[in-house]
Amino acid sequence: MTAPTTQRPADGAPDRGEPILSVRGLEKHFPIKGGGLIKRTVGAVRAVDGVDLDLYPGEVLGLVGESGCGKSTTGRAILNLQPATGGSVVFEGREIVGLNRKQMRPLRRDIQLVFQDPYASLNPRLPVFDIVAEPMIIHGLTKDEADLRSRVKELVETVGLNPEHTNRYPAEFSGGQRQRIGIARALALQPKVLVLDEPVSALDVSIQAGVINLLEDLKSSLGLSYLFIAHDLSVVRHISDRVAVMYLGRIIEIADQEELFNRPAHPYTQALLSAIPLPDPRRERARQRIIITGDVPSPANPPSGCRFRTRCQKFANELTDGQRELCLTVDPKLEDRGAGHLNACHYAEVKAVL
Amino acid sequence: MSTIGTTGPTTSGATSTGTMNQGRTTSLPGFDPNAPLLEVTDLNVRFPTEDGLVHAVRGVDYALRSGEVLGIVGESGSGKSVTSLTVMGLLPGSARVTGSIKYRGQELLGQSDRSMSRIRGKGVSMIFQDPMTSLDPVYKVGVQIEETLRIHDKSLSSKAAEARAVELLELVGIPNAGDRVDAYPHEFSGGMRQRVVIAIAMANQPEVIIADEPTTALDVTVQAQILEVLQTALQETGAAMVMITHDLGVVAGIADRVLVMYAGRPVEIGSVEDIYYEPRMPYTLGLLGSLPRLDSSTRERLTPIQGAPPSVVNMPPGCPFAPRCPLHIAECDEAEPERFQVGPGHTAACIRTEQVAAAHGRAADIFSESAADATMAGVPAPAGVADAQSDLDDDGPAVPPGDQTAPRAGLSDAGTQSVVSAPPRPTNGDRA
Repeated sequence: MTAPTTQRPADGAPDRGEPILSVRGLEKHFPIKGGGLIKRTVGAVRAVDGVDLDLYPGEVLGLVGESGCGKSTTGRAILNLQPATGGSVVFEGREIVGLNRKQMRPLRRDIQLVFQDPYASLNPRLPVFDIVAEPMIIHGLTKDEADLRSRVKELVETVGLNPEHTNRYPAEFSGGQRQRIGIARALALQPKVLVLDEPVSALDVSIQAGVINLLEDLKSSLGLSYLFIAHDLSVVRHISDRVAVMYLGRIIEIADQEELFNRPAHPYTQALLSAIPLPDPRRERARQRIIITGDVPSPANPPSGCRFRTRCQKFANELTDGQRELCLTVDPKLEDRGAGHLNACHYAEVKAVL
Repeated sequence: MSTIGTTGPTTSGATSTGTMNQGRTTSLPGFDPNAPLLEVTDLNVRFPTEDGLVHAVRGVDYALRSGEVLGIVGESGSGKSVTSLTVMGLLPGSARVTGSIKYRGQELLGQSDRSMSRIRGKGVSMIFQDPMTSLDPVYKVGVQIEETLRIHDKSLSSKAAEARAVELLELVGIPNAGDRVDAYPHEFSGGMRQRVVIAIAMANQPEVIIADEPTTALDVTVQAQILEVLQTALQETGAAMVMITHDLGVVAGIADRVLVMYAGRPVEIGSVEDIYYEPRMPYTLGLLGSLPRLDSSTRERLTPIQGAPPSVVNMPPGCPFAPRCPLHIAECDEAEPERFQVGPGHTAACIRTEQVAAAHGRAADIFSESAADATMAGVPAPAGVADAQSDLDDDGPAVPPGDQTAPRAGLSDAGTQSVVSAPPRPTNGDRA
């Protein structure tokens, strides 16, 4: 298609190879300041606490988890919007962690972010043309006014909007259309990687489907790689090639989409999948649901050993006291435990829950 | 109006024996016990705004029988929340309401706030979406539950009320209920707060519980817990429930019957199986087709519904779904179709239900993307469409050249925009 971006080889199905983005031991700790006149750091909210992941060219990696698990913070730390407090993020061989704003700027062309809320992420006082053109002006990508015009027009058409409407303001568009504007802006710099932070969560389902299809089309026609952050596992299953599940600042299971949904091995993944109601009355009513108790513990004070043990149905009901000892004392690493993919549970066991 | 809410033999309500007392509101004399508990007939709600009258609810009819769970689904702005607020008598004074809402044969519309107060919480109670805002932050949760109990039963001692509050908190699964009654809402997590809200809703053994998006603000694992608690609440109180949600999965699990709303009107009503497996209204079919499925590994393309819901200000005549409907024909624009009987207990507001029936729930048969393209890409639309879409044609040509593959799907919401003329949607009782 006549994309506004230059021709980058469409990578098609990821044959893996070298990851385009490689994250190792990523940490983002927010300090907790004590009371009193002199603010001392008395602790830290360990929002992201050792995340490893690789994103391969042409791939969609889904990052899922419940609110507060650190998935959005991971996305922002990868983009250096909230500088990481530890670990490393390597994009095409270049370390990102520790770069200052100026040093980041050339990299911003290659990694762009699409925000969740299309109402808050567009400047209400700029017409759509300016919103989409702004990144190109900042990065000096256009020769002249005419070139800029034609590129904005192309971008706006690419995301399925009418280019005649670029003189309108964001308020004149619906949620789905605004999200398309946000996507057009992200594409303006011809990025290689898009970090999509809950891009369809704010949209109604009939509108959401159109944006999902658009993202799929853009990915294959422009050869993009996505880090797709979402809490809706149905959407993630639909769009992702691989899926990583986060809990309390860590990835606890990561596998190919098919594998993760059909053969989850971590008790949390199993509970998460079984908690999602299926829009199919017969199947939904015939399902056995794993109900996990309680809420996510505070990331300022995560449990010892395995972070999920306080809510784990396996820990509570199946394990012997002797076996529990391991969960209490040893933090399980993310590794292949015989399930054919990586997970972080001492007693991982594949169980179909859908 | 003292017949409601004051005659129940509830004085012994606060025993902490764990059994719920069965004191119930009584009916008007002559109320047929087999008749629906709650009957809404031709309900219309209009809000005056600067842009004209916003017709948020346009002829809602439903009947809720004892012990039944009715799911109301629809997208933002479809009027599902306004409908429930109307039943509870919680609309602002400027709203113009017509039609009838009968609870146990008694007309609720036009009642004074004072007499509605006797029904609220006791006859019909409500669970709101956001547990952060539906509890009062400055009172202990126990006090808030006790208030509900004592308002409907003046003779209840404060000690008995407190015992009952603990019992209710136990029922909804709050650990250490005895201590937690003295906690403030901010000391609870979102899921726990929603449990408290449910405890308040079931405190007076209501016969009807209206739950307006009760799990939307919660994470899925917590949602599963809350749905479980709601089932418990229904079993304990024997109440019927109206479950309002946009989540078709939640409705699939809990509802007996489903009402699908579109642009302020029910467009399809049927048993849960009818709606999910044999929908007859193209909108219902499209809604199901646009859902990504967790339980399907084949990655079929989603079938979005093109366009966006119409503005409910100054609606054009004809079927409100017509501009988005792949089965649209000229006749659709003549008059808004009433709901036709399409099966036992199954009605759909569409004149082309036979075509929809042929799809047997397969949205892709009707909402194929190529079909969407054809209608969008300026293939001459049937005469009259342009007129009916008068507020849309401004955006009508929002069509990228047909040679582009990528944006095809993208057309879904590109085609319409009447948002210009309807700035803040005052009708939007639910999520913005």
